[in-house]
Amino acid sequence: MFEKAAVPRATLYDMALTDEQVRALEKHAEAIRETVIQMLVAAESGHTAGPLGMADIFTAFYFHILAHDPKKPDSEERDRLILSNGHICPVRYAAMAHAGYFPVEECLTLRKFGSRLQGHPERLRLPGLETTSGPLGEGLSQASGIAYAFRMDGKKQHVYCLMSDGEQEEGNVWEAAMFAGKYKLSNLTAVMDRNNIQIDGMTEDVMPLEPVAEKYRAFNWHVLEVDGHNIAAFIAAVEEAKAIYEKPTLVIAHTIPGKGVSEIESDYRWHGKPPSKEEAKRFLKDIRTMSGKVPHEYA
Amino acid sequence: MLNPDAHLHEKLFTDELPKAATRDGFGKGAVEAGTADARVVVLCADLKESTRAEEFEKAFPERFVELGVAEQNMAAVAAGMALAGKIPFIASYAVFSPGRNYEQIRTTIALNEVPVKICGMHAGVSVGPDGATHQMLEDIGMMRMLPGMTVIAPGDAEEARKAVVAAARLEKPVYLRFGRSATSAFTTEETPFAVGKALALWNSDAPKAALLSTGSLSYEALLAVHALEKEGVETLVLHVPTIKPLDTEAILDAAQRAGRVITVEEHQAMGGFGSAVAEFLAEHHPVPVRRLGIRDQFGQSGAPEQLLEHYGLDASAIVNAVKHLIGGL
Repeated sequence: MFEKAAVPRATLYDMALTDEQVRALEKHAEAIRETVIQMLVAAESGHTAGPLGMADIFTAFYFHILAHDPKKPDSEERDRLILSNGHICPVRYAAMAHAGYFPVEECLTLRKFGSRLQGHPERLRLPGLETTSGPLGEGLSQASGIAYAFRMDGKKQHVYCLMSDGEQEEGNVWEAAMFAGKYKLSNLTAVMDRNNIQIDGMTEDVMPLEPVAEKYRAFNWHVLEVDGHNIAAFIAAVEEAKAIYEKPTLVIAHTIPGKGVSEIESDYRWHGKPPSKEEAKRFLKDIRTMSGKVPHEYA
Repeated sequence: MLNPDAHLHEKLFTDELPKAATRDGFGKGAVEAGTADARVVVLCADLKESTRAEEFEKAFPERFVELGVAEQNMAAVAAGMALAGKIPFIASYAVFSPGRNYEQIRTTIALNEVPVKICGMHAGVSVGPDGATHQMLEDIGMMRMLPGMTVIAPGDAEEARKAVVAAARLEKPVYLRFGRSATSAFTTEETPFAVGKALALWNSDAPKAALLSTGSLSYEALLAVHALEKEGVETLVLHVPTIKPLDTEAILDAAQRAGRVITVEEHQAMGGFGSAVAEFLAEHHPVPVRRLGIRDQFGQSGAPEQLLEHYGLDASAIVNAVKHLIGGL
């Protein structure tokens, strides 16, 4: 699954993080998943599967990868994290709150009238969002534009773009992939949430994407594949991506939609609906006990 | 009589009046804007010669970006560059931008409130032989509906140059509309231009109708009132290059003085400049309004002058519309 690397993969993981750091990140991911469930219940609408599936990756970004300062969200020096598939914003909001951008309690205003946490993210409403997104296929273009401008100005910040897999069906994505490949935007790293589901079913049934890694390679990208729930492995992949100087890199992160809640994992019907209060109780217990494997004081 | 403050071309009603395409004004204006501000970049989708974006490329090759035939990507890349501090102008044909990439413009530029300048070339039937597929007639309507979008249709190449320079200074999204064919260069360097301001071209003491026009058809309106004057019909011409925000003060004044309004545009009569004027007047000063534009149909191949005549947008059609409106009351 992995591309051959000069350094053995295990060594890279070891270099990246200590076991203690990994455990701390996993605790953050668990807290983020809990917040996601709580905010979806309060909102009574929204997407469940994608945000849970991306909790580990958002944890990796906000608690390890990004150069950022939650108290200075407009800092010139920050890395840019563009979320292309805006509908999974609950996990971004939860990660930002836990990272200190705003109080975690504000997460419960998701999708409510007057909230800064719009149903799909709006840059002008909440500092730190970088852009406005929701309509699919546009994030990679914007991230490419930022990366192009940074290179013009000799700025060293890195640009990340998170995309879904179903989103790859949008033609705009491939226009952007061609552009970033042409201009060798090595300061751009895209991450594809390869969870295999979309609204109408499995991606390979709705519109086959495979072989998606080969497609990006043909567009002059460097492509890595990684387990999107192995935080250390994901961080190592992003480190490798940043070390590639000739091309933009795509990290295909294999994730399980609904990850952490065993009864909804990999079920595409949970793409676009929130849990009920009763379901949320079960889901939270599942997250807190790692599906019954460990005890938990609130579970 | 001509408004002396408009400083129109001295050869105005003669065969010696020079002609130039408004897209030529884009080329010059972009270079000027790029000279004044290093943040200005120009993006193009495989049309650098015909959009005149190549003028900018020659002057600032490092600030010119070629994206290939990919207008959706162009709009969103420009949004990204604006988020990184640039002032991007994106140049393509209006049928493709904003025609094809409207949703990218809506989400990543308008809702995002980033200062991207969308430059739609080859607007209107006067594109000529290319035919209906390439004659954009819906762009003013599309763009003026977007919250926060400024919409400008310059009257000639010189005004286009000024509009581009002015747009670069506005820290917000702007749509600029340009034409393909060479049209009469009726303004001069001294002619005033400001975003959001209409310009009186022709006044009279007791106007029977106010002609409100946008884009290069303002010269046809001038030809029409010149002819009408010889027949003793007093009118006024208000050139309205900025369709949004509309210069409602000037439009209200013209409507109050003349009591009848005729709008002229190279665009669908539905939803465009005339609609903007009619909407405003219906709410604030209802007077009879006749909108000259394309009536719910597509264009076709032909010479620009032939097409303007066929669709009732040339000077003689305007003369007839004025007489009809005045006579019918």
